[in-house]
Amino acid sequence: MADIALQPRTAKPQIREATTWDQLRTNRNWLGFWFMLPAMAFLIFFLAYPLGLGIWISFTDARIGRPGVFIGTENYEWLWGDSIFWLSVFNTLLYTTVASAIKFAVGLYLALLLNENMPFKAMLRALVLIPFIVPTVLSALAFWWIFDSQFSIISWSLKHLGLITQNINFLGDVTWARACVIFANIWRGVPFVAITLLAGLQTVQPSLYEAATLDGASKWEMFRFITYPLLTPIIAVVMTFSVLFTFTDFQLIWAMTRGGPVNATHLMATLSYQRAIIAGQLGEGAAISSAMIPFLLAAIMVSWFGLQRRKWQQGENND
Amino acid sequence: MTELPTLPVDVKAVLSGSSSTVAATDYSEGMSYLESLPRRLVTLYLPLAIIVFILLFPFYWMGLTAIKPDEQLLDLDKFNPFWTWNPTFKHIYKLLFESYYPHWLWNTMYVAVCATMLSIFASVLAAYAIVRLRYRGAQWVGGLIFMSYLVPPSILFIPLATVVFQYGLFDSPLALILTYPTILIPFSTWLLMGYFKTIPFELEECALIDGASRWQILTKIVLPLAIPGLISAFIFCFTLCWNEFIYALTFLQSTQNKTVPVAIVNEFVDGDIYRWGSLMAGALAGSLPLVILYAFFVEHYVSAMTGAVKE
Repeated sequence: MADIALQPRTAKPQIREATTWDQLRTNRNWLGFWFMLPAMAFLIFFLAYPLGLGIWISFTDARIGRPGVFIGTENYEWLWGDSIFWLSVFNTLLYTTVASAIKFAVGLYLALLLNENMPFKAMLRALVLIPFIVPTVLSALAFWWIFDSQFSIISWSLKHLGLITQNINFLGDVTWARACVIFANIWRGVPFVAITLLAGLQTVQPSLYEAATLDGASKWEMFRFITYPLLTPIIAVVMTFSVLFTFTDFQLIWAMTRGGPVNATHLMATLSYQRAIIAGQLGEGAAISSAMIPFLLAAIMVSWFGLQRRKWQQGENND
Repeated sequence: MTELPTLPVDVKAVLSGSSSTVAATDYSEGMSYLESLPRRLVTLYLPLAIIVFILLFPFYWMGLTAIKPDEQLLDLDKFNPFWTWNPTFKHIYKLLFESYYPHWLWNTMYVAVCATMLSIFASVLAAYAIVRLRYRGAQWVGGLIFMSYLVPPSILFIPLATVVFQYGLFDSPLALILTYPTILIPFSTWLLMGYFKTIPFELEECALIDGASRWQILTKIVLPLAIPGLISAFIFCFTLCWNEFIYALTFLQSTQNKTVPVAIVNEFVDGDIYRWGSLMAGALAGSLPLVILYAFFVEHYVSAMTGAVKE
């Protein structure tokens, strides 16, 4: 081997010039570009472009089958004076706040319960998640049937317990209808919150609780000063997602009430569908859905700051 | 954004309850021996039983309605509504042989599988490029992809409807196959980025020295090691597709082309009479594929869910 290495080379190996093709093939940035291409194409054509287009449409008087002309902020001015729009904003805010708050409370409680040591733990945890994986519309239909005005099983049970004499008109009464859709939303959202928080809970060292017990801390103090602070980062993220998806909910309402009775359960998403697709006023519908963007931005900001907080809480850099 | 710290969540431990972060000694019993049984009954088992009952009751109710004869469904005074002694398969028969239901199931399956495949392909490449090629601006692109995760379909469906119409895709499954990836790609890219980060880059360096191209490294080294991540991403994407409603409602029109969720909401109403039995049978049958999939891959499912949040 050594001799071979010492022998003078007879012919200099030809060093090829790096062609453009080579650069395209091996240059890190170009390679990155090629690898990103499919994902970027999808996201640009079907996400970024429609997002911009939606905002543009909201400034036109487009209808189905007819491209609109620019009419400035007329759609927004019209919405400003539209009481149904404001009702839908109110409904959306109510729906989001109440549902998210209860989802958080029940979800955290359920996570704490599931974190205890007990028989059939694994099976219970798997069962709890089922409502989350079943398509929303299908479980909403089950609720539609459970909340039926005539054949509701809840009315039947309450009647037989002697608590009420008349069937409750669950989805026909303004307050009841709101309560029912909020309940259905909570039912579907709790498993997600619970299982993700449970994942967070399992990272808390048991020794912390042992130390706290020795120091004489009560259950509540342990929760307040150990569990909760350690969970805050994951709570921030989970709740941002929860708020975001509750705020833009469409399918649950559409399957259960379609916005009725007297628009009492119309959310901004359902109202925009009704105005844009059913009534054909694309411009107005787009204006309603664009009006959701500020709220979404607010939610993203919360998420961002929630995530930032994580860094100093863990007191270390990542990776 | 890609610099977010990851909590060391052990997914297997979340489900099995045995914490492997403290592998040597088992702390899972914790301090629970300090509590007496009656106390645990009230503070733990009772609330848990109530919550689990509420979470699962709708499914029982769906199943029961699907096999109850019509007269029992509509007469609550003569029959106890909570049980039936003479189940019937009439509703299910009607559903399978007298409606387009098998068609709809097939459509949903077809759209979900195609859209998921497309998205996984695109996001494997994207995630690999962001994590390992680290081209200029990779961090920034990662952040943007996370942002696009937060753009909900309910603000996109109106402009997308016009786009779909322009491209002549209206009322074709292709419209859904091409639009669903916008929901799936951000999620699965983010998930796969987390998985790829855990694969030691020394392996790739060895392969590079041996003369492998980036593509070979991806297909022969990284992907085989990331199979759990791929399964998680696949299952979760599939579930999201199955669950999607607003795009399918807007972009599809003819009865045969619809997907299960949309078809069930719109097609099972005869005039003023809801066919409750068939409706519930349809809802149940539409959920079953997902529940079966879930039963086999619980761990992957939970890892996808927590992964999406913690990354």
